[in-house]
Formats: sequence, structure tokens, C-alpha cells
Amino acid sequence: MGWLTTVLIVLPLAGGLAVWLAPVRRTWIGPLAFLISLVEIGFWVDALDDFDFGQGGLQLEQRHEWFSDLNVSYHVGFYGFSLWLTGLAVVVMAAAIGYAVIAGRERPRAYYGLMLVLTGAVVGVFTAQDLLAWYVFWEAMLIPLYVLVGVWGGAGRVGATLKFVIYTMAGSLLMLASVIAFGLSQGTFDLVDSGSSASTWVFLGFVVAFAVKAPLFPFHGWLPDAYRESSPEVSAVLSGLISKTAVYGFLRIAIAKFPEPVDDFRVPILVLATIGLVYGSLLAFRAPDFRGVVAYSSLAQMGLITLGLFAANDLGFNGAVLQSVNHGLVSAALFLTAGAVERRTATGELKLLGGMARGRPALATLLLATGVIALAVPLSSAFVGEFAILAGVFQQGWLWAVIGAAAIVLAAMYMLRLISAVLHQDVGPAVDPRSPDLTGAELGVLAPLVLLLVGLSIWPALITDRSFAPRPSQAVETQFESFRGSVSYLALRELPAACRAQVEAQAARAQATGDSSFGVDCLLDGRRTSVSTFTFTKGSK
Amino acid sequence: MIHRPSVDWFALAPVFALLGASGVALLAAVLMPVRTRKPFAASVTALGYVGAGVAAGLLYWKSADGHPVVSDAFMRDRWTALATIVIAGTGFLAVLVSYAQRARAEHVAEYYALLAAAGSGMAFFVGAANLMTLFLALEWFSICLYILCAIDIDLEGSLEAGLKYLIVGAFGSAVLLFGSALVYGATNELAFDRIAGAADSGDVLLVVGLAMILAGLAFKASAAPFHMWTPDAYEGAPTPVTAFMAAATKTAALVVTLRILTTAFPDQSDLWTVAVAAIACVSLAVGNLAALVQRNVKRLLAYSSVSHAGFMLIPIAANNALGARALLFYLIPYSAMSLGAFAVVAARERELGAPVTLDNLAGFGWERPFLGVSMWVFMLGFAGLPLTGGFVGKFYAFSAAYDRGWTWLVVVGVVATAVSLYYYLGVIRAMYLSAPAELRPVSVGGSPPREVLLGAAVLGCLAVTVGSFFAVQPLIDLAKDAAKSLPL
Repeated sequence: MGWLTTVLIVLPLAGGLAVWLAPVRRTWIGPLAFLISLVEIGFWVDALDDFDFGQGGLQLEQRHEWFSDLNVSYHVGFYGFSLWLTGLAVVVMAAAIGYAVIAGRERPRAYYGLMLVLTGAVVGVFTAQDLLAWYVFWEAMLIPLYVLVGVWGGAGRVGATLKFVIYTMAGSLLMLASVIAFGLSQGTFDLVDSGSSASTWVFLGFVVAFAVKAPLFPFHGWLPDAYRESSPEVSAVLSGLISKTAVYGFLRIAIAKFPEPVDDFRVPILVLATIGLVYGSLLAFRAPDFRGVVAYSSLAQMGLITLGLFAANDLGFNGAVLQSVNHGLVSAALFLTAGAVERRTATGELKLLGGMARGRPALATLLLATGVIALAVPLSSAFVGEFAILAGVFQQGWLWAVIGAAAIVLAAMYMLRLISAVLHQDVGPAVDPRSPDLTGAELGVLAPLVLLLVGLSIWPALITDRSFAPRPSQAVETQFESFRGSVSYLALRELPAACRAQVEAQAARAQATGDSSFGVDCLLDGRRTSVSTFTFTKGSK
Repeated sequence: MIHRPSVDWFALAPVFALLGASGVALLAAVLMPVRTRKPFAASVTALGYVGAGVAAGLLYWKSADGHPVVSDAFMRDRWTALATIVIAGTGFLAVLVSYAQRARAEHVAEYYALLAAAGSGMAFFVGAANLMTLFLALEWFSICLYILCAIDIDLEGSLEAGLKYLIVGAFGSAVLLFGSALVYGATNELAFDRIAGAADSGDVLLVVGLAMILAGLAFKASAAPFHMWTPDAYEGAPTPVTAFMAAATKTAALVVTLRILTTAFPDQSDLWTVAVAAIACVSLAVGNLAALVQRNVKRLLAYSSVSHAGFMLIPIAANNALGARALLFYLIPYSAMSLGAFAVVAARERELGAPVTLDNLAGFGWERPFLGVSMWVFMLGFAGLPLTGGFVGKFYAFSAAYDRGWTWLVVVGVVATAVSLYYYLGVIRAMYLSAPAELRPVSVGGSPPREVLLGAAVLGCLAVTVGSFFAVQPLIDLAKDAAKSLPL
């Protein structure tokens, strides 16, 4: 079934080329691109259907040699969490393309072509299992984004683009050095075959790139401009989707491959994440415009997700994945709503807005529903995600959880301020009483996002129970009875039974000598396979 | 009775194919009527390059075991053959780019004759196996290039470019010659493989000679600090000539640099790896920083070529098999990108009748979608972004440095890449993001010419640039086999 993964990557890339070259009238280009993005969702649903959550591990795998002398291959496949993130990608991209069709964009061939290419690149990032192939997709995202922000953005677009590109490229080029160092020292670039590394510098190369992309405080300098100057749907993609590639990178590479450096740098990263969470929330509360609020809330939410990731336990990981999907949908919905508001009022300044609820029930309902889910009222999916994250990070120290919980109160403040400034209060000077409610088409794009959020609120376990191989810690504990103590282990791959004795021996030795982690290499199907490194949680030995 | 060496004519076939084409084209300048001179000379030169490429391909196939021929003056091996293929491909595409170039009818056949002769000299240069042939071939193609730079006397700056290139180039050649003399003095040997081990590795004469040979070759590769001629010559020369120089000269110079360093001076590798790494770092710094402030696109690309000399010296400094492979691989997409980028500049130049600057590139991407997208791909390729062979080339070059244990060199390269992105993306910004309203084109009358040949050349460059990203395995296998000819 591995072809399905490749189809998910290649279909939008080929679609991008097709809409660029297709001999159809310009007016049909947008709908054609939208259709392709819907077909993409269809293939994703098919992948969801084929994925065996009970089994866990890497599935729908496909592998093809690229260049053998350095052991680089085109290797793609899905883990549970990458499947959910890919789902987020295809849905958000479809919504963004749909919105662009409604809003109308100049030079449609280039625009929709690039949007589709971006889709393919993002799906590639979420599925690539070879470090170099993954890096290729990671960089490939930047090329369409550069033009999408730079050509179709607002007045300050050129400056915003430049800042965005310089930040991200500085990060990702340093990461290239890390990619080379990791791949060559492991003897393979394959993420499944390669073992773990203890090199701090290589780890930091990756972390800085992800921190810029996410963005984490203090690497967020590009964020306000890029989110404000892009067209609304590109902002939606940037904040809803592109930031999640950083989450994926943390999870799949930084945390899975560098257990010791993660341990060493946990506190500094948690500190930065917490600062980002509080600082972003405060800025969101002070932001003068609709998009500013969403942009800074994005910074805060990425801080929160990072807290969950670097809690490095089941709760944290599950919460981070759920919250990534939540935030992706919320952020996309809010940016598209911001776009809809801006189309009606020609401004996003909160001072000039107000009273838009009157006579516009659809807009009011959607914005309120999204906002309420975003501020994590109990029963909402964001509540579940944030709760899991805070419970997870609580195990690293109660202080993190306390600050995080306090910051969530701030989320309620800025979100309610936004809702009230746009929908309630007196009718703002920029609001024309005759400007219409959301049109049917706009609803068609926005409502599915909100409905998905409502669905996740009803059944969050859909994601939290199906992101990683079944109950990672338990799996380890039950498999290896001699191995007691709390373990943080990212079960990216089922442990082969052949390795069992080895793992048990290593675990006993590590406990005896007081090492905080150990790794095991063993042969599987005649191929050298490295089982992920196990790390004892600090203080639990 | 004079001793006559046995000549392996097959090994020299690429050289003679081009030399023959050059001769025929030169005859055309005298014998053909004015009207048919250009098509005839251009076709003959193109055929010469095709012939050289085919012959080099056959040589690659038939020369699995490399050995010197013609009294040990010329190496018949896969290293030579693959470099010749790259040069022949570059030359062929350069002919296509040249065809629509405005030029005085009376010199047009000479132009193509010189283009073929330059290629022939390079094909001889990359196979040089002793210091004598090295210098002979260097002068051979350099003199052709001096004239080519200055050939368009109507073009402002062309003469100046030729003169500057002549003076600085001659200086570089002299340094190389002096160095060769010192090495000969120290070792009593001319052949590369016999220089190795012929004297103490610390012999002062030998080391000074090595340094001067390295400097002489760095002049040709336009590596800093031996690059002073590059921006002026690149800017002033007719654009197709610049395209050819940027791609082919660099290929020839770098390929020969690695061969001579590894074959003749293996004992001094502790010295020259550091020296080459230093030159690489200086080139990266100078090329990238100077390119940041350029407005003229040809000058910008000239500095980019300086910085690329730096990038490609990294695998040479690595002095390992991976590095040799990396160099040959990198040269393939680099030649294509370089030639393609200058071809697009040539197209814009003909359209405007004025030197191309970042300002008058505005809107070009939207007006000429194919050339715009091509230029986009070439710029991304220079910057080493994925979906172009430039990415794989840089990846291999950095890997070679890492393999040697020089992580710091990888970091320097990565930082230089980050800096370079500013001006490469600046070209894209000028083409797509700037408003065309800022543009005031010089009126030359009529719509831009339909340049089918130039378009074909750009398409070829595009195919190589993108193709070398996907077809890494076959190309790297070729490069790997070629690198086996070197004692690494």
C-alpha cells in the first residue's frame, strides 16, 4: 500500500504543474486546484482506512534507492501521528485554496500551482523517513512560500518575505550541517535504520531550525510581519500548517534521535517554551488588529505544544499531537475569518471594527464557536489537548504546569477580547451595516473546519489513542518484566522480539550503573536495525 | 633520426574534433559568402562539440584503466573523459546561445573558430599529464578566451574586458610557469606522477613551486584572492562568451587542480589541503559579500562564480575519494546553471539593448514565463535549494569535508550559502516581485526576437539542472568511476 503515500505527495505536485500548464480558461484554474485538493483529501481518507492503528509503527511504507554510496533513499511512510498531521495538512490546504477561489487571486495559474506544490512539500515533510529526503521537502516548502508571501501579500510584503526567508534559511542551512553530520556518522540517512546520537551540536542544529519554523521565543521575529502581510489563506497555512512541520521535526528527529541531548536541554527548552507561551499571550492581548491577535496566539500555542513535546512522556506527546491538530484548525479558521472580515471592512484594526454580530449570524456563530474552542473551555478538544500537555509537563516539575495553566487564562482574555471587539460593542466606523453575512461559499470553506473541531471535541481519543504505537510505556514495561521504573520511550517502531533479551540485559546494566539511558542495536530481517534509545525519566530510578 | 613517440590518436580525438572544427570555421571566414558564414561556422562548431562529446563518451567507456599516452604527456582516463564531456556539452550549448547574438558579420566565423579552439584547448588541458602540456594547454585556451572577450568591438567594455583578462590572465600564466620551473628545478621531473616522491616533501623549492602552481590555477578558476579580473571580464565580454567562460573554464581549472595536487604532490597534502581550504574560505567570503551589493546581473553572477569556486574547492581540500566524486558531480549541474543563467541574461539584454540590472529585470518573470521560471530554477540551484542538482552538489561537497573531519569547513560553507541566498533570491525578487512599472526599456523596435536556439539551450540547462537532482545515482556512478583514475 506504500504507493498511497507517494500518491499523496506526488498528486499535488503534479497538480501544481497541471494547473500551471493546463489549457483551460483562467476562471477555471481555481476550481480545478480546489478539486485536486479535494481528491487529495480523498486519498488521505483512504490512507486512514488502510492504516492499522492496532499495530502501530511505520506503515504504508515505500522505499526507493536515491543514491547508494551515502545510503540515501526515497523512503516514505506513516506513523499514527504523521497520519493526523497529514490530515491536518490536506484539510487546511483545501480550505485555503477554497478561500482563495472565493476571494479571487491575480495570476491564478502561478498562485494555485504554488499552493498545490506547497501541499505536496508539506505532506512530504510529514511522511519522509529518510533524513535527506525529509530535508529536501522541508526546503521545498520555502520556495512556494517565498513567492506566495512576496507576490500576493499586502503592502509591506517584500520586507516581510525577506525577514521570513532569512530567518528560516539561517535555521535550515545550519540544520543541513547537522543532517550531514548525523547521516554520515550513522552511515545511513534512513531515519528508521539509523540509531540515536549523543552529539549536542548536531542536536542544536536541528532544534534551532525547528525553533525558527515553529516559532519559539526568541526566534519569532519574522512572525508578526509574515502573518500580517500575507493573504489570509497563506497566513492560515503558515500558522496552521507550516508551524506543525516544526512539531513533527521535534518529535521525529530531535526527540527520537537525540535522547541524551534532549535530557540535557530539557530545562532550557521548557523555559523558552514557557516564556513564549506567556509572552505570546500577553502580546495577543495587546495586539491592535485581528490578525495580530491570531499571530501572537500562535506563538503562545506553539510554546504550549513544545511544553508537551519536551515533557517527553505519553501524556505530553499525545497532548502535543492533539493540540497541533486543534491549533492548526483553529488558526486556519481564524485567519480565514479575519480575511472574510477584512473583505467586508477593508481593515483588521480592532478599533475600527465592532458590532458585526448584528445581522450576521453565521459570522458571529462561527467566530464565537472557534474562539470558544480556542480558549479551551472544558469539553472542547483544545481543553483535552492542553490538559494532557499540562499533566504531562507536570511530571517534569509542577512549576511548568502552573505557569502553563496561568497562561491559558490569558488565552481566554485575548480570545474574548477579540470576539467582543469584532462582534459586539458599538458598530465600528469601518463596518458598513449593509455589508453581508458570510456567503454560502465562505461558509462552505469555514464550516467544515469548525465542524472538525467540534467532532474532535466530542471524540479527542480519536487522535490521542491513535498517534503512537499502543501505549508506549506500558508496552515496554509489559514486554520486559525485569525492567521496572518509569520509562519515556517514543514507540516509533514495534520492538522486535529478537531484541528482547538484549534490551533486558541492557536495561539491567543501565539500572545497575545508574546510566540515564541505553540503546540497543540488533539485526532484523538480516538488516541492521537500531531500536530506539530508552531513557529513564529523571529521578525515577 | 628523431625519436617519434607513438600517438594514441583516439585519446586525442576530442581535441582534434574541435581543432578540426575550428580550422573549417576559419576557412569559412575566408571562403564563404558573408550571408552563409554564420550558419556554416556555427553548425561546424556545434558539430565539433558534438563530436568531441561523443569521442569523450567513447573514451570514457574504453578507458577503465587510466594510463598516460603520447610520451606520457597526456592522460587517457575517465577523469579526463568525463571532464571533456562536461566541457563539450557546455560548448555546444554556448554555440546555441551565441547564435542570435548581434555581432559584426566580418568576425562571425572567427568567433566560432575561436570558440571551438578554446574548447579544444580545454579538452587538452584536462588531460595534461606533465607540466609542459599543462602550460601549453593553459595558454592555448586562454589566448582564445582573451580574444573572445574582446571580439565585439561595438560593445562597450568588451575591449576593456579582453585587455584586463589578458593582463591578469597572463600574469596568472606566468606564475604557473614560474612555479612549474621551480618544481622542475627541485625534482628534475615534468610528469606529474614522477614529481611525487622525487624530492624531499619539505623541499623549499618544491613547496614554493607548488604554491605558485596552485595560485596560477586559482587565477583560472577565479578563486579569491585571484579573482580580480572576473567581474570586469564577465561584465564586459559578450554574454555568450561569459556563459562559456564561467562554466567551461572553471570546470577545466578545477578538474586539473585536483589532478595535479593529488598526483604530483601527495606528500605535501598536509600543506595544500589547508591552503585550498583557506582559498575556499576567502572565495566564499569575498564572492558572497561582494555579490550582495551588485546591481548589474552579470557582475552579480561573476561574484557568484567566485563564491562557487570556493564551494568547489571544498571537496578538493577534502582530498578524499568522496571529494573527487563530489567535485565532478557538482560541475555538471553547476555548468548547466551557470550557462543557463547567462543565457537568460543574454535574452534580456537583446530585448532591452542595454546591460541587465536588477532594476530592469523587473517583471521579466511574468513577461517571459519560460525564461523566468528557468532563471528561477538556476538561482535556486546556485543557492543549493532542493529540486536542483545544486543541492546534491553542495550536499556532496559538504559531506566530503565532513568525511575528512573538517566540520568547520562545512559550517563555513553553510553560512556562505545562507548569505548567498540574499542575492540569488534578490534576482527572483527583481523578476517577480518588483513592479514592471519601474521599468523604462530602451526602444529597439519590434517585439523581442523569437530565439528558438537560445530557448533550446536554456531548456537543456534546465533539464540538466533538475535532472541531476533526480538522477543522482547514475551521475555519481560516472563520477565515482572517473575519480578512480586519481590516486586517492
